[in-house]
Amino acid sequence: MDGKDIQVQDKKELESSGEMTREGAFFVPNVDIFEDENQLVLLADMPGVDKDGVDIHLEEGQLRIQGKVSGEVPGEYVISEYSVGDYTRTFTLSNVIDQEKIQASMKNGVLRVVLPKSDISKPRKIAVKSE
Amino acid sequence: MPGTRFSNYPDWGVWGPFRGLERLRRAMGSVAAGSPGYSTAGVFPLTNVSEDQDNYYVRAELPGMTADQIDITATVDKVSISGERAISEEGEGVVYHRRERDSGTFSRMIGLPGSVDPDKVEASFGNGMLTIKLPKSEASKPKQITVN
Repeated sequence: MDGKDIQVQDKKELESSGEMTREGAFFVPNVDIFEDENQLVLLADMPGVDKDGVDIHLEEGQLRIQGKVSGEVPGEYVISEYSVGDYTRTFTLSNVIDQEKIQASMKNGVLRVVLPKSDISKPRKIAVKSE
Repeated sequence: MPGTRFSNYPDWGVWGPFRGLERLRRAMGSVAAGSPGYSTAGVFPLTNVSEDQDNYYVRAELPGMTADQIDITATVDKVSISGERAISEEGEGVVYHRRERDSGTFSRMIGLPGSVDPDKVEASFGNGMLTIKLPKSEASKPKQITVN
């Protein structure tokens, strides 16, 4: 690592187009999305959320990840630099993804969703036969 | 915030009811005027400090880190948190579509509203949330005063 200082970002609050059924602020988690030959991987920062608080919902090509924050805040606030709230973010998936095989895991407040590409989209070698 | 979107435009280009608001915002000398989402006064990690009768609590969000990557030291009236957040390499031939998660070193000292007993400080880390419990010293605890 080059030892650079990490920059602080304010938590991004959701300015939502639809209404949420639960009350309270919702935040947009930071994500990394990358792909290799076989799959797409999505990593989302959702601190304070444990495995049971994650809800992943796939409908009509829309992938929605939600995280419920668990744990009470002890005591009365003295200084508050960030707000606490649940996380939500929605992505549109192309049909490149094999939706049956999506897997997710949660570790240290980071959600990892692995989206395997469907076989039709994987590059396939075509053998050339000589006549 | 509605005015933020126009922050890169010259003054005459800001239309609508937010024109005055945007001018005021820039006049306040916001350092991060061109980069929405980056806190002007904040240092990583953002922390919340709360208290009850007996303790102060300092909480910080550090997703993706493990307990052994974080260094915490406490004195009578300050606690400092430092460490390095590493984003793991994902291997060869990987194409990134979005990269919003930051990595790097951080070091931050937080002044506490009252004095604590540094020997009794406890820290716990779970699900990317760090919670430091700092028991107040006797001098900081609120005292009931009886009225004769």
